[in-house]
Amino acid sequence: MSSKTKTSVSKYGPLGDKLNDLDDRLGVARGGRTLMDKIFPDHWSFMLGEIALYSFMILLATGIFLTLYYVPSQTLVTYHGSYLPLRGVRVSQAFASSVDLSFSVRAGLMMRQMHHWACDIFVGAIVVHMARVFFTGAFRKPRETNWLIGTLLLILSIANGFLGYSLPDDLVSGTGLRIAFSILESIPVIGSYAATMLFGGNFPGTMVISRFFTLHVLLIPAIMVGLVTAHLVLLVTQKHTQFKGKGRTEKNVVGAPMMPIFAAKATGFIFLVSGVTALLAGLAQINPIWQFGPYEASKISYAVQPDWYMGWLDGVLRIWPAWQFSNFGHTIPLEVFLPAVVVPGIVFTIAQLWPAIEAKFTKDTAMHNLLDRPRDRPKRTAFGVGMLAFLFMLFVASSTDVLANYFHISLNSMLWLMRVLVILVPLISYPVTLTLCKELQRAGDAGKRRRPNIVTRSAEGAYHTVPADLRPGDGHHELAAEPLPTFIKLDDAEEATAGTRMITR
Amino acid sequence: MSAEQHTPVSITSVSIDDPHMQPLARNPRRMEQTIATAMFFGLLSFVLFGVAYWMNWAPWSLGVTLGLGMVLLGFGVTAWGKYLMPKGPFVEERHEVASTEEQRDSFAAAVIQRNLGILGRRKVLGGLAGAGLGVFGIVAAFPLIRSLGPLPKNSLKTTDWKAGSYLVDSTGRAVKVGDVAVGGIVTVFPMGFEDTDNGQAVDQTVLIRLATADVVTLAGRESWGPSGYVAYSKVCPHLGCPVGLYEQQLEVLVCPCHQSMFTVSNGGYPTFGPAPRPLPQLPLYVDGRGYIRSQGGYNQPVGAGFWERS
Repeated sequence: MSSKTKTSVSKYGPLGDKLNDLDDRLGVARGGRTLMDKIFPDHWSFMLGEIALYSFMILLATGIFLTLYYVPSQTLVTYHGSYLPLRGVRVSQAFASSVDLSFSVRAGLMMRQMHHWACDIFVGAIVVHMARVFFTGAFRKPRETNWLIGTLLLILSIANGFLGYSLPDDLVSGTGLRIAFSILESIPVIGSYAATMLFGGNFPGTMVISRFFTLHVLLIPAIMVGLVTAHLVLLVTQKHTQFKGKGRTEKNVVGAPMMPIFAAKATGFIFLVSGVTALLAGLAQINPIWQFGPYEASKISYAVQPDWYMGWLDGVLRIWPAWQFSNFGHTIPLEVFLPAVVVPGIVFTIAQLWPAIEAKFTKDTAMHNLLDRPRDRPKRTAFGVGMLAFLFMLFVASSTDVLANYFHISLNSMLWLMRVLVILVPLISYPVTLTLCKELQRAGDAGKRRRPNIVTRSAEGAYHTVPADLRPGDGHHELAAEPLPTFIKLDDAEEATAGTRMITR
Repeated sequence: MSAEQHTPVSITSVSIDDPHMQPLARNPRRMEQTIATAMFFGLLSFVLFGVAYWMNWAPWSLGVTLGLGMVLLGFGVTAWGKYLMPKGPFVEERHEVASTEEQRDSFAAAVIQRNLGILGRRKVLGGLAGAGLGVFGIVAAFPLIRSLGPLPKNSLKTTDWKAGSYLVDSTGRAVKVGDVAVGGIVTVFPMGFEDTDNGQAVDQTVLIRLATADVVTLAGRESWGPSGYVAYSKVCPHLGCPVGLYEQQLEVLVCPCHQSMFTVSNGGYPTFGPAPRPLPQLPLYVDGRGYIRSQGGYNQPVGAGFWERS
C-alpha cells in the first residue's frame, strides 16, 4: 500500500499519525484504549499481589546478572580469590564462583543479596496476597482458574527458592541437598530410583548442582513467567473484584483507570519495592556463604535455619514421631515420608482445590465480583485462620533447638510442647475466630451516634417506630463514582481537544 | 491563591474543582514541591550510586544509594499518581465473560460434531492414533527419565569399609590406639577414601573413646569396642545429616538438623527425636602395631530409610 493513499492527517498532529501508523500494522488502538481505561479498585489490599509481581521482576533482573558469573559445577578447585580465609581451600567451582561474584565482581554482593532478599519478599507477598484472596472470597466463580494458577505459582516459587538456595554449594545448602536426597529416598517403591537418578548416583553425585541450575534459571522461571502472564491476562479478562461500597455492584468496577493514575502509582511502586530490596541488600547481610564455608558432607553447622518459607516443612520433620514400617522385607520410612511428602501434599491439595471444596459446602454456583468481608463468612475465615495457625506453629517448631536454648527448657519439653501446640492452636483458633467473626458482624454500628427513633401514632391508633434521618456529619462519605470521561466523540473534534486537557491539568 | 487554581477547565461535566478530578485542587503547589524534592534527591542518590560504583566504595554504599534513589523516586511517582492526578472514583461496566447463547451453541456444535462426529466415525483410526500417542509418551519417557542417572543398585546399601580398613582422619592419618583420650571424638574414613565424595558422604564415621578397657555396647557386639573405642556411622538415619554433636557426659550423639539423639554406649540406640533406627556400629579391632581397623563393613545400610532396605 502506497503512502499516497493516505490523505488525511490525524487531528492529534504528528504523534497521532505515528499512532495511526502503528494501528495500521498492529491494530493497537481499540485494545490499547480499552486497556488504558481499565479500572483498578482503590484498596490497599490489591497492592499485595503487585509486590509479588514486582519482586518477581527484580528476581529475573538480578538473576540474569548472577548467571553471568556463577559456574554451575561441582568440580573441585583450589580457591585463590580475594577472600583471604578461604585461600588454598579445596572448594567446588560453584562455591568459588559464588564467593568471587560476592567479593570480586563490583556490585556483585549487592546483586546477590538483592536476589536473595527479593526471593524472601516474593514468597511472602504471594502468601499474603493469597490470604487476601482467600479471606475475601475473591477465588469464587469465575476466578477458580486464577486461584489454581496462583497456588501453582506459590509451589513453584518455594521450590525454586530451595533450588536457588542450593546452588552456592556452601556448607548449609549442601546439608539441605542431603535432606532433599533423603526425602526422595523415603518415597515408597520408587524412592531410591528417584533419588539416585536425580542426583546422578548416591549423594552427593556429580550432577545435582548443574541440574538444579538448569531447573532454577530456565525451566521453572519459564513456567512461572507463563503462569504469571496467564494470571494477569485472566485478571484483565475477568476484571478486578471489589469490596462492597457506594455505587459498586456485581456489574461494574469502581476505582482509578490504568492511565495515568494506576500506571503512575504502579511505576512508583515498582521503584519502592526495588528500593526497599536494594536497601535490605545494602544494609542487611543475608546468606554469608563465605562464613559457612564450602560443603563437605561430613561437616555440619549448628542452629542454622532455612529461608522462612521452608520453615514449616522443617518443623513438621522435627516434631514427627519416629515411626517407620518395616515388617515385610521392605522399609517405608514413615518418619520422613509422612511429614515431608504427605503433609505438604495435603496442605497444597487443600489450597488448590479450595474453590471446589467451598462450593461443595455452600452449593453456591453464582458469579461473584463483590468481595466478602472476612467477618461475614465466619466458617471460611475460621478455617483459614486455623490453617495459618497450623502452618505458623510448624514454622515455630523448626526452631525447637534455638527456643529451648533461649528459654532454658529441655529440648524434650520443647518438642512435646510444639507437638501439642501444632494441634491445639489451630483447634482453638477455629472457634475463637468463628465467635469473633460473628461478634464483628454487628460492629458496623459500633461507634456511631445513636439515631433517634421517631414514634408515630396513626389515626387508627397503631404505633410505628422509624429511625430519624442521619444527622449532618454522620454516615459514610464516599464520592459517587463517575464514568471515566470519554474525552472524545469521534464526530466532535472540538470536544475531543478539550478533553485532552484533563491529563495536563 | 493563584488564579490558576480557580480556573475551571470544562470537560464533559467534569471541572478541575470536582473532587473526583483533583484531590489537592485547593493547594497542589505544596505537594508538587514535596514530590519534586523527593525526585531531586532520588536523582542525586542515583548519581551517588554511580560515584560509589566508579570509586569501588564498600558494598553497603551501593545498596544504600541505589535503594534510597529508588525509594525517593518511587515515592515521588506514586505520590504524583495519588495526589495530583484525577482521583476518581471512576466506574466502568463489566462485560460478560461468557459468550452469547448463539456463540456457545456454535462452539459446542463444532466441538461435538467435528470431533466426535468426524473423528468418531473412524473408530479404528482414532483408536490407533490414540494408542500411538500413548505409546509415544511412554517411549519418550525412557530417554527423559531413565537416562537421568544410574539405578541405585547397591550404592545405598554399601560403604567402602572393608575388613581390615584403617581408620584415618580427614587428613589421611591413621588413628592409633593411643591417639584419642577418653571422652574424645574424631571423624574417620576408611583409608584411601577420605578425599572421595563417597568417603565424605557415605563412609563418614565417628570414632569415640568411651573408656580404656574394651566396651560392649550390645549383646553380640562383644569384640566390637576394643580399648574403649566405638565407631558409629556419622550419617543420621533420619535424613542423612552428619551426626556431628557429641555430649560427652551423657555419651550421646546429637544430630544438629532435627535433634535426634543416639546413645553411644547402648548400640547407638535413638533416645530422642524423629530418627527411628539406631546408628549403625562399625566393628573395630586393634592390630599388632596399635592401629585401629575395622573388622568389616557395616551390617546394615547407613543413612536415611528407603524401600529396598529390609
